[in-house]
Amino acid sequence: MAFKIIVCAKQVPDTNEIKIDPIKKTLIREGVPSILNHDDANALEEALKIKDQYPDTHITVITMGPPQAKDLLIECMAMGADDGILLSDRALGGSDTWATSNAIAAAIGKLGGFDLIFAGRQAIDGDTAQVGPQIAEKLGIPQVTYVADFSIDSDMKHITVHRALEDGYEIIKIETPCMLTAIKELNTPRHMSIGGIFDAVKKDMPVWGAKDLGVDTDREVGLEASPTNVYRSFTPAPKGKGIVIEGDTDKELADRLLINLKKKHVI
Amino acid sequence: MAIEIIKEKCIGCKLCLKACPFEAIDMVGKLAVINEKCTACNQCIDVCKFSAIVKTEEAEGPVDLSAYKNVWVYAEQRAGKLMNVALELIGEGRRLAREISDDAKVYAVLVGNGISGLKTECFEYGADGVVMIEHPLLENFTTDGYTKVFFDAVNEYKPEIVLFGATHIGRDLAPRVAARLNTGLTADCTRLDVKVSSYVDYAKKNTTLDTSTLDPNSDDKGLKQTRPAFGGNLMATIICPRTRPQMATVRPGVMTRRERKPGAKGEVIVYNPSLGDSDIRTKIVEIVKSAKEIVSLTDADIICSGGRGLGDPSGFDLIKQFADKVGGVVGSSRAAVDAGWIDHSHQVGQTGTTVKPKIYFACGISGAIQHLAGMQTSDIIVAINKDPDAPIFEVADYGIVGDLYKVIPQIIAEWDSAEDLYEATLR
Repeated sequence: MAFKIIVCAKQVPDTNEIKIDPIKKTLIREGVPSILNHDDANALEEALKIKDQYPDTHITVITMGPPQAKDLLIECMAMGADDGILLSDRALGGSDTWATSNAIAAAIGKLGGFDLIFAGRQAIDGDTAQVGPQIAEKLGIPQVTYVADFSIDSDMKHITVHRALEDGYEIIKIETPCMLTAIKELNTPRHMSIGGIFDAVKKDMPVWGAKDLGVDTDREVGLEASPTNVYRSFTPAPKGKGIVIEGDTDKELADRLLINLKKKHVI
Repeated sequence: MAIEIIKEKCIGCKLCLKACPFEAIDMVGKLAVINEKCTACNQCIDVCKFSAIVKTEEAEGPVDLSAYKNVWVYAEQRAGKLMNVALELIGEGRRLAREISDDAKVYAVLVGNGISGLKTECFEYGADGVVMIEHPLLENFTTDGYTKVFFDAVNEYKPEIVLFGATHIGRDLAPRVAARLNTGLTADCTRLDVKVSSYVDYAKKNTTLDTSTLDPNSDDKGLKQTRPAFGGNLMATIICPRTRPQMATVRPGVMTRRERKPGAKGEVIVYNPSLGDSDIRTKIVEIVKSAKEIVSLTDADIICSGGRGLGDPSGFDLIKQFADKVGGVVGSSRAAVDAGWIDHSHQVGQTGTTVKPKIYFACGISGAIQHLAGMQTSDIIVAINKDPDAPIFEVADYGIVGDLYKVIPQIIAEWDSAEDLYEATLR
C-alpha cells in the first residue's frame, strides 16, 4: 500500500523572538529567525509516520513565499519528504487567505491525484487558520481541522481522527481524499537527519509562478484579487507603567502588594 | 491596492526597511523596492519622511453591494446549549447594525435539530430576529452539512455582515462558507466598527495610530475589522471593500453581551434547508467530553499564570496552590505550554485565550508580546519576576522583583489577613 500525500507548509518569523523598540515603538526584526511553522511540522511528521509504515508513500511539500522559502523545503526534505515545490512570484505577493488558497489549490491540481493533504492548523504570523479549509473548499474535498489523533482504517480508504474541541474531542471518520489540519497534540516532529540534509540540498526544487499555475493574476491571486485589504495597521498603545513594590523581606513584599490590592478594592 | 515607491523622492535612507514588519522592502542601489512579501500594511508610508511611498487605490468593483442588508451572527450551540460567544456576538451585532442605519437588524442564525427553544434566549440578549435552520442531519456540527445550509441561506437572504465566534467550530465553518461565497474573511477579530467616527474614537483611546488622515464624517459604512497580527506585535484593521457579505470570526470573551431582557420578542425566519446524506462526507463516531478539568479562563475573576520562569513543570503545583487560595484559575504562557509543562487549554495570549480578569498574576512570565496581547486589558496586572528588565513590568500595575518561590508562599500565607494589613495602614 502506498499513499500520495501533500503537505502544506509555511516559513514564518519566530514571533516569540520579536520585540518592540521601547522608544520608537516599532518592531525590531533584526535577528529574528525564519522557521518552519510549528503546526506545519506536526503536519509533516504525521505524513512521515505514514511513510514509515508504508515506505512507497510519496510526500510532496508545497510552500508559497519569497525565494528564500526554499530553505524550508530543504528542511522538510531533510526530515524525510520526497520533494518540495515552491510557489514564488511577485504576482502572488499580498495574497489574502482566499487568494493564497487559490494558488495552492491550483498547484495541487497541477500535481494530479492525491490521497491526503496535511496542513498545520494555523501559522504563527497570521494566526488565521483559514488557508487549510479554503484549499479544501477549492478542491471540493472534505476536511477535519484541529486533528489531534490519526489512524488509517483497515479498508485503506477511510481515516479516523480525533478533532480537538475546547471542551473535549470528537472521533470522526472521513473518506479520502481529504484535508486534515494538524495541531501540536498530534505528534512530536522528528529532527532532520544528516544524510537527509546532504540529499535534500542536491534535489531539484521546482519554483512555480502564476503562469505555471495557470491562475488569473487579476482575479484569483495577489493583492489586487484578494477580497480583503489592510485598511490601517498600528502597534497597540502600551499600558502605563505601574508601581514596583519595594520591601526588604519576601513577607514585606507580599504584605505591601496585598495592601495595595485592598486599597484598590479588587480583593 | 498596492504600495509604490516614488523613485524621484526616495533618497535611500532605509527608514522604511526598518519599519516593515514583513521584510517586504529591498534596497536596489540607493532605491527602496517593494518585494512580493508586501501586504500593503502601510507601516512604511507612515515612517517615510520624504513622502516617497504611496498607496494606489483602485476603483470600486462592479458588484452591487447595496443588495446586502443586516447583520447575521452565527449563534453557535453545542448539544442544545448556546455558547457564550453567541450571546457576545448578538450584542456586538446589534451595536454594528445600529451603526449601519436605523432599520438594519441583527439576526441570530440557529443551526441544528430541535433547537427552536433557543430563540427566546437570542431575543432576550438583543437579537432583532432569528434565522432557524433545522434538519435531522444538522443534529451535530459537520463541516459539510453546516457549510451547505449556511451558504444557501446567505445566498437567499444576503446579509451585509456575517460574524462567527472564533471557536474550533467557527474557525472550521467560516473559512469554508467564505471561500464558497468568494468573499473575504477576517480571522479572530478583537474590535469591529462600521462608522469611521467610532473607529477613530477607538483608535485614539487604544492605539498609536495617527488618525489625522481619517474623516470621522465620512459616509464609509464598510466593516472595519481589527485583529492582532504578526503574533500580536502589530494590530491590523482589515476591510472587505468589493465583495459581500463582509465576514469575520470574533475572539470569544472580547465583545460584551447585553443585559438580558426577559420576555423580549423578535422576528422568526424559518429556513428549510435542502440536505441529503450524500452531502456529508464525514461521520461523527463519538463526541467525548473532556475528563480533564475544564479551564474557564474567560470567566475567571482572578487568574494565576505561570511561565518559563517557574524553572520546571512542578512549579505549576505552587501556581495551583496559589490559584486555589485566591479562588482563581491557572493560566500559563505559551513558552510553558511549548515546553510541555502544562496543557494548552491553560494558555493565555495571542494563540491561546484572551482574558480580562479583575486580577492577573503573572508569575515567572517575561511578557512576550504574544502573551501581552491576550491579557493586557485585565483590570489589575501583578507581575512577579526575578528579572527587573522583563517586559511584563511595562504593563504591570504592581511589580515585584523577586523569587516567586519565596514571594508566592508569603502571599498565600498573608492572603486572609489582607483586610487587617490594610486596616493597620489606616491607623
